[in-house]
Formats: sequence, C-alpha cells, structure tokens
Amino acid sequence: MSVSVEPTSVDTPAGERGESRPGEALRPHAEHAFAAELAALAAQDDRPRPERWLLSPWAVATYLLGGTLPDGTVITPKYVGPRRIVEVAVTTLATDRALLLLGVPGTAKTWVSEHLAAAVSGDSTLLVQGTAGTPEEAIRYGWNYAQLLAHGPSRDALVPSPVMRAMAEGMTARVEELTRVPADVQDSLITILSEKTLPIPELGQEVQAVRGFNLIATANDRDRGVNELSSALRRRFNTVVLPLPESADAEVDIVSRRVDQIGRSLDLPSVPDGVDEIRRVVTVFRELRDGITSDGRTKLKSPSGTLSTAEAISVVTNGLALAAHFGDGVLRASDVAAGILGAVVRDPAADRVIWQEYLEAVVRERDGWKDFYRACREVSA
Amino acid sequence: MSAGPPAPEGGAGVRGPGPLLLGVRHHGPGSARAVRAALEAAAPRVVLIEGPPEADALVPLAADKDMRPPVALLAHVTDEPGHSAFWPLAEFSPEWVAIQWALEHGVTARFIDLPAAHTLARGTEETDPGPGEDPGPAGDPGGAGRPDAAAVRIDPLAVLAETAGHDDPERWWEDVVEHRAGAARDPFAPFAVLEEAMGSLREAYGVGGHDRDLVREAYMRLQIRAAQREFGDDVAVVCGAWHVPALRRRATVGADRALLKGLPRAKVQLTWVPWTHRRLSRVSGYGAGVDSPGWYGHLFSAPDRPVERWMTKVARLLRDEDRGVSSAHVIEAVRLAGTLAAMRGRPLPGLGETTDAVRAVMCEGSDVPLELVHDRLVVGEVLGEVPESAPAVPLQRDLAQSQRRLRLKPEALEREIELDLRKETDAARSTLLHRLRLLGIAWGEPAASRGSTGTFRETWRLRWEPELSVRVAEAGVWGTTVLAAATAKAESDAVGAPALAEVTALAERCLLAGLPDALPVVMRVLADRAALDADVGHLAQALPALVRSLRYGDVRGTDTRALAGVAAGLAERVFVGLPPACAALDGDAAEEMRGHVDAVHGAVGLLGEATVGDAGSGGVRGRWHSVLGVLAVRDTVPGVVRGRAVRLLLDEGELAQEEAARLMGLVLSPGTEPADAAAWIEGFVGGGSGGGMLLVHDERLLALVDAWLTGVPAEAFTDVLPLLRRTFSAYETGVRRTLGELVRRGPAPRTHAEVTGSGSGMPGFAPDLDTGRADAVLPLLSLLLGLGDPAGTEDDPGGGTGAAAGTDTRNDLARVAP
Repeated sequence: MSVSVEPTSVDTPAGERGESRPGEALRPHAEHAFAAELAALAAQDDRPRPERWLLSPWAVATYLLGGTLPDGTVITPKYVGPRRIVEVAVTTLATDRALLLLGVPGTAKTWVSEHLAAAVSGDSTLLVQGTAGTPEEAIRYGWNYAQLLAHGPSRDALVPSPVMRAMAEGMTARVEELTRVPADVQDSLITILSEKTLPIPELGQEVQAVRGFNLIATANDRDRGVNELSSALRRRFNTVVLPLPESADAEVDIVSRRVDQIGRSLDLPSVPDGVDEIRRVVTVFRELRDGITSDGRTKLKSPSGTLSTAEAISVVTNGLALAAHFGDGVLRASDVAAGILGAVVRDPAADRVIWQEYLEAVVRERDGWKDFYRACREVSA
Repeated sequence: MSAGPPAPEGGAGVRGPGPLLLGVRHHGPGSARAVRAALEAAAPRVVLIEGPPEADALVPLAADKDMRPPVALLAHVTDEPGHSAFWPLAEFSPEWVAIQWALEHGVTARFIDLPAAHTLARGTEETDPGPGEDPGPAGDPGGAGRPDAAAVRIDPLAVLAETAGHDDPERWWEDVVEHRAGAARDPFAPFAVLEEAMGSLREAYGVGGHDRDLVREAYMRLQIRAAQREFGDDVAVVCGAWHVPALRRRATVGADRALLKGLPRAKVQLTWVPWTHRRLSRVSGYGAGVDSPGWYGHLFSAPDRPVERWMTKVARLLRDEDRGVSSAHVIEAVRLAGTLAAMRGRPLPGLGETTDAVRAVMCEGSDVPLELVHDRLVVGEVLGEVPESAPAVPLQRDLAQSQRRLRLKPEALEREIELDLRKETDAARSTLLHRLRLLGIAWGEPAASRGSTGTFRETWRLRWEPELSVRVAEAGVWGTTVLAAATAKAESDAVGAPALAEVTALAERCLLAGLPDALPVVMRVLADRAALDADVGHLAQALPALVRSLRYGDVRGTDTRALAGVAAGLAERVFVGLPPACAALDGDAAEEMRGHVDAVHGAVGLLGEATVGDAGSGGVRGRWHSVLGVLAVRDTVPGVVRGRAVRLLLDEGELAQEEAARLMGLVLSPGTEPADAAAWIEGFVGGGSGGGMLLVHDERLLALVDAWLTGVPAEAFTDVLPLLRRTFSAYETGVRRTLGELVRRGPAPRTHAEVTGSGSGMPGFAPDLDTGRADAVLPLLSLLLGLGDPAGTEDDPGGGTGAAAGTDTRNDLARVAP
C-alpha cells in the first residue's frame, strides 16, 4: 500500500526533504551528518536485521554508543551514558513496542530519538512536534481542501501525517514532547500502536502498518502533570528514563564546551580560567539535585527546580557576561552567585530554607570556598 | 526428580575412574542442579563435602522437618564465642543439595575440609580477636570458587571470564554453566569441562596466593583416600571448582601428612544457626558472595520457564503494592527480556535482562518500584529455621559467661537492683542489660530510681522468663557475642527506623549499651534523616536527646566526637529552619514552637560547653543568639515565641534591659492586638521560668505590663483574660503575692526605685523603712527569742494590710532573707 506524499503539507517537515542539500543546511540531519559511519556499519554488519531495518540492533547500539569496527572505522559516540539504556531502547524498537524516552530537559532525549530513527530507518524526519495545539491531523491525516472540493474525497486529497507515512513505509516515526499534546490527540495513537492500523472512515479504507514501523516518543519528566498519558496509551510504550550526566567530570566537560560555544556565538570577550568556577557551579547543582554532597557524607534536601545541566550552562554564561562587561574579566564567585540563587530558589519559602541550609552546612565548611560562601551570603540576604 | 531410584551407574554418561569430583560454584543454582543430576546418575556410596569435619555429627539434623534453609554451620572457639566462622547454606547451594541427596538415599555424608579446630586456631594466632562476627581468615571457608574472594587472591572465575571476553564473571558463569547445566545430556560433562578449565588456570597461576589452600587440599586428599579405602571408587566429592585439579592430582600420603604436621589446634564447637537471604547477599558484607539469593532460589525452584514465572512473581508483587500491572505487561516484559538477551548474545535472559525489562515495561522507567522488586524478590526476605535439638548457639554461652562474671543470675522471681554506675561491675551490668534490651531480650526493665536521681544511678527490675531462652537463640542470628549481636542489631534498627526521633533514641541507647562500633552507622543514618526531615519540630525534638547523649557519653568516657559533629549539624539546620517555621502559626502550634525554642536553647547551652574545644564553639551560641534576635523582632512570628526569644536573650545578657523594655513597650503599645500582646507576655514571663521574679525585680517591666493591662479595652479584656490567668497563675504563691503588693502600692518614683534596686538587694520595695510594718515583726521576733508574750502576733494587722496578707509577707521576707 503506498501513500502519495504532499510536498505542500505544513504539518510535516517532509517538505524540506529534497529541497535543502545536506551540505548547506544549518544543521544537517543525523543520517546525513553521519552517513559515512552508517554506511560502514551497514557494510560490516553480518548480524540478523529485523525487516526494513538498515542495521542490526547490535549495530544500532554501536552507532549510538560508539566503538571501532573490525576494519578500523571509528564510530563516534552519539550518546554518552549507560550502555544498558541504549540496549533497552534499541531492543524495544525491535520488539515492535513503542519507545518512550523520559527525562528532564537537557538529557538528550530528542538527540537519541533522532539518531535511533536515523540508524534504524535511515530517516529521522518523520517527526511530529508535540505542542498544546497539536491537532489530530498531525498524527493521523489531513485533507488538501482544494483537491477535496474539486474531486471529492480520494486518496489524492489526503495529506498523510508523518506517522501515517511511517506506517505505510515501515519506518520509524517520532513524536516530540508527547505529554504536551492534548489528551484526546494522544489517544489517537492507541489504535495505531495496538492494532497497527489507521482507519480512514471517509474513504472506507485503512492504512495498515507494514513491518519495520515503530514509534519513538519523548516526554519531559517534569511535565508529567501537563497531559499525563492515559494508562491505556502508557501500556503501549516501553519507558526508558534518560539520566543526567553520571560523573561530575563529564558534566563539567559538557558545561564548559557548551559555554564556550555560546560565548563565541554571542561574541562575549573570552574569559580565561573559568574552569574552577564552572566546576563549582556544577558541584553545587549536582549536590542539590542528588540530595547528597559529592563526598557522599551528608544528605541534603533538594529544591524544587530542575537544576539541569542546561541551567548550569546558562548560569555560567550569564556569569561570563557579567565578568566580561562589568567585572575584571575573570569569572569569579560573585558573578555566578546570583545566577545560582535564581536557579535554586524557585519556591521562595521552601527553597530558600534549603539553600541556606546548604550554605551553612556544606559551603561554609568547605576549604577554598570562602569567597563563594561570602558571595552567596551577600545575594541571599 | 529425587523420588526415583538412582539410575544405574554409567547409564547416562561416561565417568572416568577414581572418585567422582564435582567442582561447583558455591551458592550456584545451576551447580546445585548439576550436582543432583550427577549424584543420581553415579549413585555413590559416600558423599564428601567441602566443610568442617567436626560438623559430621550435625548432618542428620539437616533432614529434620524443622530445618529450613537458609541456615549456616557455625564453628566457634569454645571459650571465645566471638571467634567464629560461618558456612552459610541456602536451598540452592550445591553442598546443601548434596547433603539432602545423601540423607534421602541413606548414603553417608561427610565433611572433608580442614577441621575448624585448625582454621580457627590459626585465626587466634594471626589476628586479633576482633568483633564477634568478623569471619577472620576462616571467613571464606567455601574456598576460592567464590567470586568475591579478597583482593589479594586471584579470582579464578574473573580470569576465566576475561579469557572468554566477558567483563562480568558472575554473568559469564551464569551463561556458561548455570543456564546450560540443565540442557546438557551428560550429567558429568559440565564438571569435566569445568575441571579442565580450572586445571589450566591452576597450571598458569599455581595456588594464586591461596597458600592455605595447599594445606586444605592435602587434608581433603587424605580424607578422600580414606573414603576410597572404605568404599572403593563409589565416592563423590562436592567442592569448590578451584580445588578439583588439586584433588585429582596424585600426591604421596607422606607429603600430604607433612603439610598437615604441627597445625595449631583450638577447641571448637559447631552448630546450625538460622540464616537469612539478606545475609547471604553481598550487600550486608557477610561474604557468602551472592547478591541475588532470591533470584537464585527462584532459578533453583522453578521447574521450567524461569523468566515467565519470575515476571509473574514481579507482577504480583507490584499489584499487591497497587500498581496497575496487567498480564499484557508480563507478556511484553518477557518478550523484551528475551530480545535483550539475544542482542547481548546470552543464551537465556539473566537477572540483568529481566531487571531492565521490568524497569522499562512494568515500572515506567522508574527505579522506585524497582527497588521494591529488588528488596522483596531479588534478595528476598527469607529467614531460615533450625530445629530445637541443634546445639546451643554461642550467644547463649557468651551470655552465660557474662552472667557468671557479673554475678547476675537469671531468676524467674522478679527483683529490683540498684546500680551505681561509678562502680565497674555495676556499670558492666547496666551495659549488659541495655544490650539485651536492644536485642529484644527483656530480662531487665529500667525502673524509676527511688531517692537519688543522679545520672550515675540506675534501677532495674529483673525477671528471667523461660521464653527468653528462645529469644536468645533467635538473637543468635545477629552475632556470636552479646556485644557483637547488639551492635549488629542496633545498626540494622537504625537503618530501618522510620522517624528521626527513633534514631535519636537509638543513639542514646547505643551509648547506654556501650556500643561504640554501632555509633558510626547510627550517626550516619541520623544525619541523613535529619537532612531530609523538613519539619523543624522534629529536628528540635531530636536535638536535646542527642545533646543529652553527648553529655551522658562523657560521664561514661565514651568517645562522642561523631555525636558532637552530628549534633552541631542538627543545630545548624534548626537555626536555618526555625525563623521561617515560626511564621503563620495558630495558638497551639505557637505554644508548641515555644517549647521547641526552649528545648533548643537548653541543648545549645550544653552543646556550647561540650564542644568548647572547637574553633567554632563560640559560633554555635553566637548563631543561636542571632536566630533568637531574628525571632524577637519579626512581626510574623507569634507573640509567645517572640516574647520567649526576647526573654532568652535577656537572660543570656545578649540584650540590655533597656532594649528588652523597648521591645516590650513596642508590643504593648496600643497598635498591637491585645491577644497578641498577652501571648507575648506569656512568652516573656510565663511558665515556670522564673518570669515572676523578673517582674518583681524590674519595676520598669512591671510598669509596662501594668500600664498595658489597664489600657486594654473592656471588650478585648475578656479575650486576653484566660491567657493572662494562665501566665500569672503559674507563679509561686509568694511571687504572686509580692507582685500584688507592688501593684497595689503603685509605681514608685523612678529614681527611688533605682536607689533601692542597688542598695538593699530587694528592689521593688519602698525606699524608706515602713516602721508600722517593721514593728509588726517584733512580736514574733520576741517570741522566737523568748522575750515576750506570743499573743501580739495575732492581732496586729500592721500598716493597714489584711491580717493574712501581713503574715504571708513576713513569711515571704523570712524566706528570702537568708
């Protein structure tokens, strides 16, 4: 069963395909950016592949986690994190269950889903961006009204959604921010996922998913309350929670790299030797987030904010801007203190107590943190 | 499979000549199945098992109907119960299976490892007799097959797994042996293969640093030879796979004897003790080396389709905990586990795959319900049982010894004893009783001391009930001596205690029971609970008990540095949390909060003394004062707490009298709600805190209260009356009377008040001598001195005061004067 593709569709990013050449795009798709790696993997992959998969599950996991192939091709790691998570994710796709990637903002959910789709189906563009206003047409199908009026309902007048295309062609579809989608629209996924079919009552037809179809959804942990998935839908997904960076070093690395990039794109004067301060910010964020000090000795209360890596990045960037424009050009404790306070204290009553407890019980005692303690006291008072 | 007659020898597989050597992985369910199959096939006439030969007499008990694994063989030095070693056995241990097989078929079963008499004797020579359950050098009696052997020894499995390209030896063993054992047609094949592998390992590594193994293996060889002389080749040996090549090796009897010559000997005793799954697991550090006993037990007991059965168990558990888990979930979880295993190249899903599948499908990616699964199923709370006929546990001996030493006989009759903790014996008695109480052996109950209330005195009510012996036997799980058992129990209690106050109480009990080794754990738990407890009330309640223990610990000479650190941390948290917690409270809550403020104040005072050596010692008090300062002036804080804070600061000398008067004036000014002002007064001078005397002594304060009270509008007066009544009725009669006097007399000129205040030592009284009233004293004085007639006292009212009042005043003066 084949479905025609409407290049004029506004719901799908499919229209971009073929128009922009990969080399010129501001940000090429994963399957273009890493085409060489994918080709090398496919060439040497002798393990069994599920139908319509471009790679075997094992090769997909290698593509995401990185490694060296027998012929010496180096596969760069796309995702740095526990191997287990990637294995469960890939296996889930192979068992024809849908995959739900959960995590706080900034844990590479979208990134992982894009690369999974690219490695499995060679196409990461069958994407539905979930918003509060996502209509049912974005998940099922819409109509080209000019066609509809001129020729009446027919397959030609139908505008398929990315999900419909993925079903018909046995590809991997992606839904971003599933929990932001209104509940009734979410539920239109239930039939698709359980019966693997999409009825078109207007035509008395249906689109049946062919083998190889699957769906990856991402959702924000913290947004559970926005549009909680119904349990019927939830049951159709295997859930994988993407964790925050495991080690402080990894996080410091991520933060300093991103800060550097952002700083350059904002044309901030370069500020040397910020690494100590970045480490301090990351330490504070990690300790409060995990509810335990980095030496594992003291437990702490966690504030209500996310304190994600992304927020640490913005605190440091902000501090850099302060240091560059108003300070002496060196990132100091006083430049980041206010930013940290703002990130930590989201709830003015409870979080403030938590923050002060942290200052008094942990920061005050710590060697070499005197300046930081003083700076924080100043802004917290 | 056990009921059928043993298969004819050689019917199911080929076995070589000589004894049948079955190398196993201790606590490996696959090994256990394989051992049973091999024993069924070979039908030996004697089964030799790696274990202490002193336990041979205890083997028949294993068939007792009251015996339920997990259990452990316990060997201990007779005079020194603390020096001991355990051989834990679970239902799925190959050794246990071998014992059961032998008992079922009426075949002799013997232990052939080096006698515990030698192993424990070596221990006494080489190591300090440490805490009771320290397994010492005999702590790994099972041998080298265990994957968590000490770091100095090489781990044969790790080497094998690494050679095979696996990073996790446990998983490698599972894949290669545990999961395949059932499928193998030839019951001896897995053992042959394993023996070969171990053989090449031992060729490469020798004894791998297991020097003691040479001695043990020599002993085992001798025992096997003896059995062969008796039974021919119908001998089966169940031992750690590591030992098999050495046992196969031909060594001369003379050489083996020479190795065994001159081994030290100790008098040891053995018995069965109940064991738990938790202690088999690696987490609790007892070193049986199994981190998933529940899972292994499941693998062993499930007749078929272990993964499907496991997932069903998990689903049931989660359903019982009110999580919606349907059969569809189970199906999907099984599928995911199977596919994961295939992708990871494993023959069957192992614990890792099933756990990943449970997390992704049943737990919605969350680790919280997963922990429940880990606790209840993967580890599994199974408590073994031992028949009553098993020999006494060492804990009983240790207790009996202590009782003799302290001349504290167990008697059924109830009696009371007084202990003076300054005496050594009495202190030891008290410690013993406290330890027993911790263990749930309620031999003595603390009673209220008669007479003296000093901290060095304790009264106990003793009564030995017969069932306490059972309790002692039960407590044997915790350790071999009272000290060790109480320590282990206290640690476990601390970890399991739900509320902060319970942990604090436990810390206090640990000090009373003299369990310094348990304190670090208790303290860590305490610090954790304190950190996570958001209710300042709980923290404030916990602090005094903690500080008390700190002081009490000093009395007993216990090291309480850890305690001081925790107490300081707790105080810090209280300081930070108190001001916000005081906002927007209703009357009852405010009253409660005042109690907390008082308690913390007392505790901080003690804490300041206790940590006087610290650099920041002045800080604790200083910071507390600044917290009080915040409380005193913050308008959202209820009046009673504010008043209290001002009062405490005034008493501490942190607040000048003028400042206190100013604050009082602010509160008592007409802008404040009368009810709030009354509460402030209650906080400032209320209760049994001597507030009345303060008013007596400081006329300014009294004048402020007086002025305010007379200014309260009539309609508000009825509202504040109950509170005022409560405040002032708590004063002593004399103080009330004096206050009444002062009010009746009215405010004195300020200058005079100050003069008397510094002059006569009785401020608040009239500047000049009131001759009328002074005269009134004279008759009584003459009576006392025997100078005149006594009748004069009765009818002289003196200075226009009522008769009763006059007398009382005199009494009061008489009381105050000395």
